[in-house]
Amino acid sequence: MTALAAVFARDARIAIRIGGGAMMGVLFFLAVVTLVPFAVGPDLALLRRIGPAILWLGALLASLLALDRLFATDHEDGSLDLILMARPALELVIAAKALAHWLTTGVPLIIASPILGLFLNLEPQALVATALTLLVGTPALTFIGVIGAALATALRRGGLLLPVLVLPLTIPVLIFGVAATNAAVVGPMPFETPFTILCALTLMSLVIGPFAAAAALRYGLE
Amino acid sequence: MNLSGLDLTCIRGGRRVFSGVNFSVDSGAALVLTGPNGAGKSSLLRMIAGLIRPAEGRLALKGGDAEMSLGEQAHYVGHLDPLKPALTVTENLSFWARFLNGKAAPADLGLAERGLDAVGLADLADLPAGYLSAGQRRRLSLARLLAVPRPIWLLDEPTTALDAASQDRLWALMHDHLVAGGLLVAATHGPLGLTDCGELRLGAPAGGAEPGSPPIAAVGP
Repeated sequence: MTALAAVFARDARIAIRIGGGAMMGVLFFLAVVTLVPFAVGPDLALLRRIGPAILWLGALLASLLALDRLFATDHEDGSLDLILMARPALELVIAAKALAHWLTTGVPLIIASPILGLFLNLEPQALVATALTLLVGTPALTFIGVIGAALATALRRGGLLLPVLVLPLTIPVLIFGVAATNAAVVGPMPFETPFTILCALTLMSLVIGPFAAAAALRYGLE
Repeated sequence: MNLSGLDLTCIRGGRRVFSGVNFSVDSGAALVLTGPNGAGKSSLLRMIAGLIRPAEGRLALKGGDAEMSLGEQAHYVGHLDPLKPALTVTENLSFWARFLNGKAAPADLGLAERGLDAVGLADLADLPAGYLSAGQRRRLSLARLLAVPRPIWLLDEPTTALDAASQDRLWALMHDHLVAGGLLVAATHGPLGLTDCGELRLGAPAGGAEPGSPPIAAVGP
């Protein structure tokens, strides 16, 4: 446990210290959300209708932004060799790293979402619903993204490979995240139905993500 | 404790790097790997560390902890220094101490401090590692050897970027480790400041001379 806590504390500390993880994600989120009214025009009714979807898309893109460095830096400086040799299971180390990444990148996005929602003319109820679905859904985005980060590192490719691999896998999360938000605001279906599926998707990715990423790293780096 | 390799073959990217390599090292002894670039010194060290699987042959450790893999009982110091530029010298070292030890007893953190002292970095303890010179980075990597006691040291060109005084200090550390009953395998081009150590000379890469070169054994104190 101490070893995993050490990994978690190290990654969280690095993300906060450089400011790369937390602040960049929020700024990117802000940029994406700000662009939309310029693109679709100042139609307040339209913005209110598509607002939750835009917040979700922005959060999705922002949470993938910093992810490709998750293993790449450890690979480049040799840390990954020592992690592979060490006693703690690679799957657990990956889970600890992903958790640290979510806390430093995902949580700031959730906190920022109600403020950015005001830009999109969202009602208070929609703001709360979006924040709640993001809180439940962003761990899934991180833990699915971890698979892409591991593959990109194993294939020694950075940059766009990660989003290209990961974005299709995040489609279910996006569908049910936005559906749950809309259900809370306009109906007609009950909020619980898509929200429960969103919870299930997150729980599944918490399990599958670390195992798939560990397999990718093990076989890719040999 | 005895570490041995039997008839090891390494294939990297479809190319046979070495084959039929035998060696055996006992507690208290050092094995020095020599040979030209590309002969497979680093590959052999990574193989012992468990980072590359041998294509043929096997590695055996007698007298070690049966519940732990070879890699878990060994320190591997490779070409790269696993340090984060944003963290301070102490934070970098204590992270590895906690991660490799699996526990954070105060005594272990004391060991980490002693490690910093031993490599002469105690004055820079609060400096971010990003500001260290190449030699200082290497010394910080080597401090890991002392922060977490492990019986097997695998060192890949440990003297790279070290000045003369630091090299002497490293010889002393290696000597102490051997006297304490540890064993070490080191790859090097330069002379190693250790008296009586075995030497394993890896041949030229495939395509060069010595196809199926005779197994070379090197041993003991």
